[in-house]
Amino acid sequence: MAASIQLGSVTQTTVLNSSDVYPPQRTGDATLGLQVYRANGCAACHTEQVRQEGVTCAVVLTGAGKNPQAVTNLLATLTLTGLTKEAADAVADQITAAGGKVEIHIVPVGTDIDHGWGVRRSVAEDYLHDYPVQLGSLRAGPDLANIGVRAPDANWQLLHLYAPQSVTGTSRMPSFKYLFTVQKVGATPSPDALNLPAAFAAPAGFEVVPKPEARQLAAYLLSLRANVPVYDAPFTPPAQP
Amino acid sequence: MTANETIHPTAPAPEIDASCRLPLLALLVGASVWLVVGTVLALIASIKFHAPEFLAACPLLTYGRVVAAANDALVYGFCLPASLAVIIWVFARLSQTVYTLPLVPVVAAHIWHLGVFIGLLSILLGHSTGFTWLEFPRGGSILLFVAFVLIAIPTAASFGFRLEKDLYPSHWFLLAALLWFPWSYASANIFLVAMPVRGVAQGVVNLWFANNLLYVWFSLVGLGIGFYFLPKLTGRPLQTYYYALYVFWTLALFGTWCGLPQGSPFPAWITTLSSVAAVLLIVPLIGVTVVFGRSLGGPGSDGPMGGPLSFVKFGLVSFLLSTLMYIALACPQISRLLEFTWFGVAQSQLQILGFLAMVLFGAIYYILPRALGFDFIAPQFIRAHCFLAGLGVVFWVAPLALAGYAQGANAYSLDASLNWLRISTLGLGFILLGNLLFALNILAMFLTWKLNLVKTLFAAITAPLKVSEVKS
Ligand code: HEC
Repeated sequence: MAASIQLGSVTQTTVLNSSDVYPPQRTGDATLGLQVYRANGCAACHTEQVRQEGVTCAVVLTGAGKNPQAVTNLLATLTLTGLTKEAADAVADQITAAGGKVEIHIVPVGTDIDHGWGVRRSVAEDYLHDYPVQLGSLRAGPDLANIGVRAPDANWQLLHLYAPQSVTGTSRMPSFKYLFTVQKVGATPSPDALNLPAAFAAPAGFEVVPKPEARQLAAYLLSLRANVPVYDAPFTPPAQP
Repeated sequence: MTANETIHPTAPAPEIDASCRLPLLALLVGASVWLVVGTVLALIASIKFHAPEFLAACPLLTYGRVVAAANDALVYGFCLPASLAVIIWVFARLSQTVYTLPLVPVVAAHIWHLGVFIGLLSILLGHSTGFTWLEFPRGGSILLFVAFVLIAIPTAASFGFRLEKDLYPSHWFLLAALLWFPWSYASANIFLVAMPVRGVAQGVVNLWFANNLLYVWFSLVGLGIGFYFLPKLTGRPLQTYYYALYVFWTLALFGTWCGLPQGSPFPAWITTLSSVAAVLLIVPLIGVTVVFGRSLGGPGSDGPMGGPLSFVKFGLVSFLLSTLMYIALACPQISRLLEFTWFGVAQSQLQILGFLAMVLFGAIYYILPRALGFDFIAPQFIRAHCFLAGLGVVFWVAPLALAGYAQGANAYSLDASLNWLRISTLGLGFILLGNLLFALNILAMFLTWKLNLVKTLFAAITAPLKVSEVKS
């Protein structure tokens, strides 16, 4: 069990080139949501792990300098992405010599990343606060390691849980209607009631309200955001505007 | 008994068989019920891919819970207790001694089945631990552990008291299995449930256990039983003793490290070691192929088609295929395409339903009439079961494997694999029919035995007292 000793000592780390700690603590709701995820066996159809086949370098122009025309002409003749470190350095030198300013970006590659399931591979730190860790082994549905980045709207998550087809037309995910209550509309409609498309809406006079479990599950899904660079899996994040 | 009894000569065989009667019944009656329950649950899960809304309103039967319960019912409900039953009998026969302490395993069998019941119910109610193949919460898993140890101790003891001092290859496999399960099950439950390790190390422990149960333990038991019955049923000695031992050691050595896929969020050295070990499984695989191939050639009698030997042969061929699939999944080029697809499900289902379950069916069909002293009520069901199970496994596993390929080649699209998934439901239907025939035969046998018992008892009570007894 040498492996578990090595991994057992994993602690919070800092985001590369920043002082933020990673991973942040989950909110109480999100922590409870993991238990809803476990209890309903979402991991039977979803993984929470992104694989990566390697990294490449990309050269990104940050300033054209005094002679923009020459730099533009030069860029047209060069390959700027999918480079090794050495090739990227050589290209960067060429552009700098022509007066341009460049940065070299680290870009992870792999089929999972091509699918848009993450920007880097999953690493031990991503699971630090999870019990039980839900890696999953079958992708009947998409990987969820970064669903909080992909679908950051809690209402979307709730609609999707109640009636997957109401948001993704031909979805084959089973619905989790039992995490919701269908109730008579009272004197004032509940502020939490789902805003469902007509085909999925409750009968007239009724509304669909998420139970606490549904809300916790949605909070958990939104907390799945493994999108910062860490020591084990570096990449260059997009510039902050 | 047939001519092959010469391999283990001078046995008061009927006496030994009879001494195993109670433990066998206690383990197998429950196991055959769980077998049917597990297959029905698996069928419900499979139908959800035809109609996602099928039973979706019922939290107890949501896909994630049903699948876990189905798998656990098949593995912990059927495979483990049925294996224990067969091991008890094989050990008694190999040791040439009557089974000591038959009541301990009877009590243990009831504890075991209670544990399975609690475990399955907990999963359906949403109290699964969330760890694959370890879903049973504490209440269930502790009962399983206690029951297993209670059975393993007297069984291993019967090995110590053996009259026949020569060790047979099956001894190695089955004795190792009796130790392997309590060790790996306890370790995994300690590190995951009792004193959980942090973060992703849980994933490592979980996958380590899954591999040790489904690959190592299943192989030890399936091959140990297979290597016992192959010579017994064909009338040819096992070819060869040394190959079989070689398989044992290489399996124990390489098998235990497998199952941690490349690309998972673990340190690279772990996954690399695991892949290398998986590729080395080719060594025991060749060994099994040689033993199996040689034991089938030459003179001897193979018995009727569709009898116990057909089950055992089908099981061993499934083992060869499922090991090849396992090795393939560990090769980076292939796993990049097939990892996280239905292909992995196909492999584990082949290991469970195609390999171990089939070997166990063959063994049970051979053992039970001998232990009880009368034949099955519907022996013609055995051939039908063999046919349905064979067809079912092919139509269940092959489409799942193809679904995996379709999924991997199409960005994990479920739609691409859907038609294959639907065909696989058909295979599961055949398997269910076969399992029903099996369970009917076992239950009928149990009831007949009970009835005979009552009759004997009744006869003893109503019999006129002997004159001598009246006088004294
Ligand atoms: C039977 C398999 C199955 C189960 C069980 C399942 N899902 Fe899904 N899930 C899918 C499929 C298929 C999709 C893709 C279609 C879609 O987006 O609805 C999906 C999509 C999703 C998405 C959207 C992903 C994206 O990238 O758009 C989320 C979020 C999600 N599931 C969450 C869950 C949660 C939470 C659970 C457990 C309560 C769950 N799923 C259980 C099959 C499943």
